[in-house]
Amino acid sequence: MNIVVLIKQVPGTDNVKMDPETGVMIRSGKDTIINPLDENALAEAVRIKNSRDDVKLTAISMGPESAMKALKEAVAMGADAGILLSGRVFAGSDTIATGRALSAAIKKLGQVDLIICGERATDGETGQTGAMIAEFLDIPVQTYVSALEVKDNSVIVKRTVEGGFEYVEVPFPVLVTVNKDINEPGFPTLDGKLKAKQVEIPVWGNEELGLDKSVLGLGGSPTRVVKVFSPKLSRDTIMRKADGTTGPVDELIQFLTGKEVL
Amino acid sequence: MPTMDLSNYKGVFVIGEQRDGKIHSVTYELLTRGRALADDLGCQLSCVLLGDEIENVQEVIYRGADKVFHIKSPALKNFLPRPYRNAICRLVEEEKPEIIVAAATTTGRTIMPLVAARLNTGLTADCTELTIDPETRILLQTRPAIGGNIMATIKTPNHRPQMATVRPKSAKPAPADPTRTGEIIVKEYDGAVFMTPEKFLRFVKDTTQQVNIEDADIIVAGGKGMKSAEGFRLVEELAEVLGAGVGATRDAVELGWTTYPHQIGLSGKTVSPKLYIALGLSGKIQHMAGMQTSEVIVAINKDPEAQIFKVADFGIVGDVFEVVPMLIEAIKKIKATA
Repeated sequence: MNIVVLIKQVPGTDNVKMDPETGVMIRSGKDTIINPLDENALAEAVRIKNSRDDVKLTAISMGPESAMKALKEAVAMGADAGILLSGRVFAGSDTIATGRALSAAIKKLGQVDLIICGERATDGETGQTGAMIAEFLDIPVQTYVSALEVKDNSVIVKRTVEGGFEYVEVPFPVLVTVNKDINEPGFPTLDGKLKAKQVEIPVWGNEELGLDKSVLGLGGSPTRVVKVFSPKLSRDTIMRKADGTTGPVDELIQFLTGKEVL
Repeated sequence: MPTMDLSNYKGVFVIGEQRDGKIHSVTYELLTRGRALADDLGCQLSCVLLGDEIENVQEVIYRGADKVFHIKSPALKNFLPRPYRNAICRLVEEEKPEIIVAAATTTGRTIMPLVAARLNTGLTADCTELTIDPETRILLQTRPAIGGNIMATIKTPNHRPQMATVRPKSAKPAPADPTRTGEIIVKEYDGAVFMTPEKFLRFVKDTTQQVNIEDADIIVAGGKGMKSAEGFRLVEELAEVLGAGVGATRDAVELGWTTYPHQIGLSGKTVSPKLYIALGLSGKIQHMAGMQTSEVIVAINKDPEAQIFKVADFGIVGDVFEVVPMLIEAIKKIKATA
């Protein structure tokens, strides 16, 4: 059984910069982490791997060379292999162009039964790429998965949706996107750490994927960032400073009564 | 990329939602968005409903649609990505809308990427604002971007349809006008459209998560400034005396002070209550995306520079642990005399 987990390296803090001209995120190698929900995806894949003896687990990431670090971490946590998609040709990709490139990489692996990814990444927060990859691979997708049971030829997923849970059975191959309720993310193992030191993570560019360049990167992205801006949020604010008396609170109460919201 | 003839695409689609044959109110919010865009473009607004029997479809016309496409099949009774994708793509091929807007619900956020990828067009998630550029007539899609304090406006200049999801509760439901007229078209496609290897097993109502802060008139929300799980109890206490819902920032939820159903913001819920009281939260764009349309906003925070004061109607700079207990007492007094 071949399982692929998709990993995105994201900034570890909220301090992400954007290129004011293009609106494209500026990523640096410093202070990065594996996207938290991707850690859940990885932990789920490792759990499945440990429950049977026929699983090959491959982690794939698309990003700058520095994303190698995230893939090594994935190996330390139990992935058998990692592949990094990297190169200028991928720069500026929106979710469509990203989905196309990642799906091409998965295709190149041959028969893949199960693909697991985090429901969304903390940087872009679009939550679109997983489903798009499934579409480009023309395989079914199940999203917002909070429990996953592997059967002989299928998975039964529990989806957390508005007001409840949906249970759906899907035969392999299938792509699932998981939320944080699915498990507690795992930790690197000693064995895994040793393996991560030795593992060779191949870097694939478009030479390996063989896609028409026009579908990759910014040029292959249907969306364009028109502008980025700090939002104009302001309201006319009545400001008071707490002074130890009930004065400001009394004034607030009066204000709220006047607005008829109390 | 081959260029497409954009002028073949006309009209605005919104993708409505139903469960058990009842139209979900998010559909009416989408009609508010869709109507504004269609009016700006001078084109028709169509609402797509997927399901088997659906009650009261006429309501969708009353609330602003010119046309309803009810794609009808027992296979669409419950949501499964493939039949929904196939049905929507089929209708889009027939009707060629220039814009498709869906709700950023678990359904909308699943189906839209599939449709966008299949049609090779752009999709923008979680928009807070949709407008038409008067010069180019292109859809401008604005959403909060990357964890911080930035908004991004995104467009899909050379591909059609232009696709976006919008947060539930980010627009008011369109009011019903029973004098409005429109056309209801029932589409019954052949079975092949709905074929799928997926099997819907069951839906189980979640009775443990009956936290419906979206419907609360008043919400009291707390952030990292509440300092601890114990400190966060103060948020709940104020909510209780007000009969309000409890909200929280992502930080407060991740610290385990309250649970995810209370999370407000881009990765949580969007709310628009009559009164929103923000306690010890700085007002990251992420959070504000989920509450800035509240009617009246009150902020209490010790940092006078906190962003939240910019969206507040009334702000008190001070220690929440000093000010909030006074507020609780004052409200108790009012409630006692009322």
